[in-house]
Amino acid sequence: MMRVAVDPDLCQGHGVCEAEAPAVFALGKRPPVELLDDRPPEAARAGVEGAVRYCPTHAITVHEEE
Amino acid sequence: MTVDVTLGEPPRVSGGDGANGHLDELRTDPIALLERVRAECGDIGVFRLAGRDVVLLSGAEANELFFRAPEDVLDQAEAYPFMTPIFGPGVVFDASPERRREMLHNQALRDKFMRGHATTIAAEVGAMVAQWDDEGEVDLLDWFAELTIYTSSACLIGKRFRDELDGRFASLYHDLERGTDALAFVDPYAPIDSFRRRDEARAELVQLVAGIMDRRSSGPAPADDQRDLLDVLLSIRDEDGAPRFSADQVTGMFISMMFAGHHTTSTTASWMVIELLTHPDELAPVVDELDGHHAAGDEVSYQALREMPRLEAALKETLRLHPPLILLLRVAKEDLAFRQFAIETGQMVGASPWVSNRIAEDFPGPGRFDPGRYLAPRDEERANPWTWIPFGAGRHRCVGAAFALMQLKTIFSVLLTGWEFELAQPVDTYRADLSKMVIQLEQPVRVRYRRRVVDGT
Repeated sequence: MMRVAVDPDLCQGHGVCEAEAPAVFALGKRPPVELLDDRPPEAARAGVEGAVRYCPTHAITVHEEE
Repeated sequence: MTVDVTLGEPPRVSGGDGANGHLDELRTDPIALLERVRAECGDIGVFRLAGRDVVLLSGAEANELFFRAPEDVLDQAEAYPFMTPIFGPGVVFDASPERRREMLHNQALRDKFMRGHATTIAAEVGAMVAQWDDEGEVDLLDWFAELTIYTSSACLIGKRFRDELDGRFASLYHDLERGTDALAFVDPYAPIDSFRRRDEARAELVQLVAGIMDRRSSGPAPADDQRDLLDVLLSIRDEDGAPRFSADQVTGMFISMMFAGHHTTSTTASWMVIELLTHPDELAPVVDELDGHHAAGDEVSYQALREMPRLEAALKETLRLHPPLILLLRVAKEDLAFRQFAIETGQMVGASPWVSNRIAEDFPGPGRFDPGRYLAPRDEERANPWTWIPFGAGRHRCVGAAFALMQLKTIFSVLLTGWEFELAQPVDTYRADLSKMVIQLEQPVRVRYRRRVVDGT
């Protein structure tokens, strides 16, 4: 299962992740982005991978868990 | 943090024996100074800037300390005295630099604005190349500096304001950027030519903006969807109903909003052309990639701009070798420690994109233009987040970095699918101008262009 993490020192609140996976990331007025679900379901995988790939500050990481 | 008495002073670099320490060397050959600090002292070393110590950090561990530090520990506000006369000493901002950056980010730089910006930028490039003949010659720095005045004013302030600007604004803005001699660390108003021209240029910019404001005040109100930032500022009144912001203050705000993205983008675009023309094996795959998107008709679409690995790699490699800022500065607001060394309150602390971007352990063959280092499996940017620092890193990483890369990709999508280029000077005459804190290129920077003939027609 995916375990998602955001480095709050790196997040600048560009909102790319929110556009890629709105069920997982929510950006308020200020960074860091809020992680709505740090163990998202498999259905969200493509969006989360897009968020990792396109985050302008590389602030998002994903680890696989049992 | 309390002072730990077991900590020692960091080593000092050689030279700098005059009254102003290493200031003269910083003004004439800053690269030699910055490289010598790392060569002689390692990851932490000190040089003297007028009456002050600058603790220069380099390498991943030291840079992480630098870039993770919050504003109240390492402060940017007083580290750049050469910017004060440019933004305007009398300009009253209602917000801290941190807050202003956040506002600019929220209003213009978030991802959701990028689609619109890409369209705007492509149109501006199109309008400028429409003035070209089928072949000719341009000065890259002049051309990109004018283009990026139009793109940054259109994207950050609004189309209505941009349409009031012409080459005069770009030329005056260039004089501001040239007014960043490191002598400002001693006296930002010293009687030297570049400072005089800086102050004259700023006064002329205020006149230009005052004229635009007068025409707005006496002209018809714009439709709601045409309103730009200047209309918003003009609508703000004080208690007596008078305009809240003077032409001087508005000019200062616009100069400061456009500053970070202007010289940085125009010099990077210029170096990109030079690097690609001197490395034809790297140019070919970039043009192939863009031709593929062009054939599909989507070359400046949001998704296409995200799917240009070869172009992006070439831009990142240009930025690594020619970082637009070579020395980032802060002032220590409390005592800090790095390994066994003390950094004291009041000392300046620096990180150098030039030095860190060329650390051979992180970037093998550091002097080589090698875009392949950004592609899998090497991925040297992701592998070195604290030493690949053309945009800085961490919480103070340039908030315009994503915008800048999108803008550069859009510019080169239009240029390289429609035009071919050729150097017009001996290769060794394309050089950085390192005599100011804002690094540019020595002019002339001329290249020839020729309209591409597609499909042999």
